[in-house]
Amino acid sequence: MPRRKSDVAGSHAEFKSRDAHADEHLRISIDDSARTPTVFYFATAVGWLVVGTIAGVITSLKFNLPDFLGDIPALTFGRIRPVHLNTVMYGWASLAGAGMIVWLTARLCRVPLQWGWLQYLAAIFWNLGVLAGTVAILTGYSQGLEWLEFPTFAGALIAGGFLLFAASIVQTFRKRNVEHLYVSLWYIMASLLWFPVLYVVANLGIYQGVVEAAMNWWYGHNALATWFTPIGLAGAYYFIPKVIGRPIYSYYLGLLGFWAFALFYNWNGIHHLVGGPLPTWLVTVSIVASVMMVVPVMAVAVNHHMTTVNHFRMLRFSPTLRFVVFGSMCYTAVSFQGSLESIRSIQEVAHFTHYTIGHAHLGVYGFLTMILFGAMYYIIPRLAKWEWPYPGLIKVHFWSTAIGIAVYVTALSIGGWFQGIEMNDPSIPFLDVVRNTQPYLWARSASGVLILVGHLIFAYQFFVVIKRAGPRRFAPALFREPAPLEPATTEEQRP
Amino acid sequence: MMFVRSFVFFLGVLATVFFGWAALVGIPDAMISEIPPPEDLPRYTDVQLFGRKIYIREGCLYCHSQQVRPEGFGSDDDRFWGRPSVPGDYVYDKPHLLGTMRTGPDLMNIGVRQPSVDWHLIHLYNPRLVSPGSIMPPYPWLFNEKPSAGPNERVLTLPDSIAPKGNVVVATEEATALTEYLLSLNRSYPVRQ
Ligand code: HEC
Repeated sequence: MPRRKSDVAGSHAEFKSRDAHADEHLRISIDDSARTPTVFYFATAVGWLVVGTIAGVITSLKFNLPDFLGDIPALTFGRIRPVHLNTVMYGWASLAGAGMIVWLTARLCRVPLQWGWLQYLAAIFWNLGVLAGTVAILTGYSQGLEWLEFPTFAGALIAGGFLLFAASIVQTFRKRNVEHLYVSLWYIMASLLWFPVLYVVANLGIYQGVVEAAMNWWYGHNALATWFTPIGLAGAYYFIPKVIGRPIYSYYLGLLGFWAFALFYNWNGIHHLVGGPLPTWLVTVSIVASVMMVVPVMAVAVNHHMTTVNHFRMLRFSPTLRFVVFGSMCYTAVSFQGSLESIRSIQEVAHFTHYTIGHAHLGVYGFLTMILFGAMYYIIPRLAKWEWPYPGLIKVHFWSTAIGIAVYVTALSIGGWFQGIEMNDPSIPFLDVVRNTQPYLWARSASGVLILVGHLIFAYQFFVVIKRAGPRRFAPALFREPAPLEPATTEEQRP
Repeated sequence: MMFVRSFVFFLGVLATVFFGWAALVGIPDAMISEIPPPEDLPRYTDVQLFGRKIYIREGCLYCHSQQVRPEGFGSDDDRFWGRPSVPGDYVYDKPHLLGTMRTGPDLMNIGVRQPSVDWHLIHLYNPRLVSPGSIMPPYPWLFNEKPSAGPNERVLTLPDSIAPKGNVVVATEEATALTEYLLSLNRSYPVRQ
């Protein structure tokens, strides 16, 4: 097998001992055990990514051209928009995250994946759930709750898939061959406990009226807190030190960050209902918790920054590092923005506008999706035993998505803010407010097309690698040739 | 030692999600379910409930909120969207349709503000016929084109440029039910704030 720079970084080739040989053996058997499930999760995730992005672009164009595809019921705005959200969240991000977790858990526990056959069932259930849910929305059977549009049978398939997936991960964790549990594992194990509880309670449908609204946003925000953000953070905590070849800066900051995250994030949701018909104390509790999120976010930001500092030049050649560092910078940005945004005086303007949509995409796209891309660029060649054949296309993928999301967030932040100011000024007729958002919404559509192009290029290269086609390369695909690497020094705290 | 640590970890992690639920959902539920429904708030009729289903099916909630903010917080009052909403206004709502986006105006009291059935039907057929520059989607599948209208059918009065040649456009049951639902959105009865 071709050796890779970042693997070498941990155990310098010249000093290769018997241990290092055993190590490599273990790594290979771990990769073998995770190969098919991870690739299956990733491949279906990429499929949903393309479907979800197309749905997103159609949604966006409908703001500009409301009669575009206007007489096809399945493609009306109010159906294609939730299809976009659900396919990118439960299709793309969840399945890609599951694939990453399968491989990462086995690697971090230093043991081959246990009960791997459960993962096939899980992936099939999950995909069927997303497919059934999507068809249900398109044909008019949405449940009508944001983030919970999928009807119960689709939700049940997803929940069943999740439990099978979790069972295999927990079993792998129990068979672990390590004393020290790396930070990424805390987030993964916590999310396996949190998310099923959340998802099942939310899908029971036991609430009504404003309490259901509270439940809805407890769920909507906690889906990020208990599943999507842990995936992103587990990835960032693993890949940044791994690629750089240094241990994470501080274990204790990691610990502080984790528990502060677990304590405060769970209480954030009701800031989606500031100004709404709910008891004031309830909204206040959520605002306070949202502001307190500064603590875990600072801890993560400092930890990652201090790990990367002096190694920023590596961003010039490593695709994984570039995507992941971009993602973790977006995490810091989106979290601070979120804390500010929850404050009443900001909500008075930003709530109910496109500003919120910009914020959501900075998080789920700029942070989570970019980290998942980085993870895939790292994991796939190790599993397919085939390097990415076209480094140039990776570059195009990075720039189209990075510029795309930057334009997206800038346009909606500015446009949404003005929309809020104008909406709060009753002397401006409502239709003028609508008209004034158009230039920004056009910019958003353009950025969406750019992002779609990036995704198509990524999907193309993904399937080329999986088929082990394209020009064969014997060194990792880098943006350019790196300077020589220094070996890492400490054993602890290294993923 | 390892066992104790894992145990503390699992317990701690479960506790965080439980307390989050208790604070944000459990306690509010206990408090709010005590509130009796307002006397002047009628239950939805079957037709209105059917219309509400269409509202959900077509995803109107992604562009329209149903919650009026208090005076001094935004301009809901000055835009005549109604008095501030209270939990009692929603006792019959399942699923809730509070919404998070105002691409279009709040609809909590649209039945008061726009009581004309004809206006709503034409607006649903194509919003730009009555609101030039609107970006609301058209819903032509809620209407039928036919040579002549049946006895109880409502015919849309369309401008000549749009009207189909030799046919009339009539509202389906779905369109009339949706309109009935919209007209039922009226929370103007007094409440204690
Ligand atoms: C893409 C966003 C969007 C969707 C989806 C949407 N609307 Fe609208 N709606 C608007 C906009 C913008 C306006 C303001 C301009 C106008 O009157 O058309 C509006 C206005 C309205 C009004 C008039 C409000 C007033 O104060 O005069 C009603 C009633 C209405 N919509 C009902 C609906 C219904 C019912 C649905 C679902 C079948 C729906 N809307 C779906 C954007 C939307």
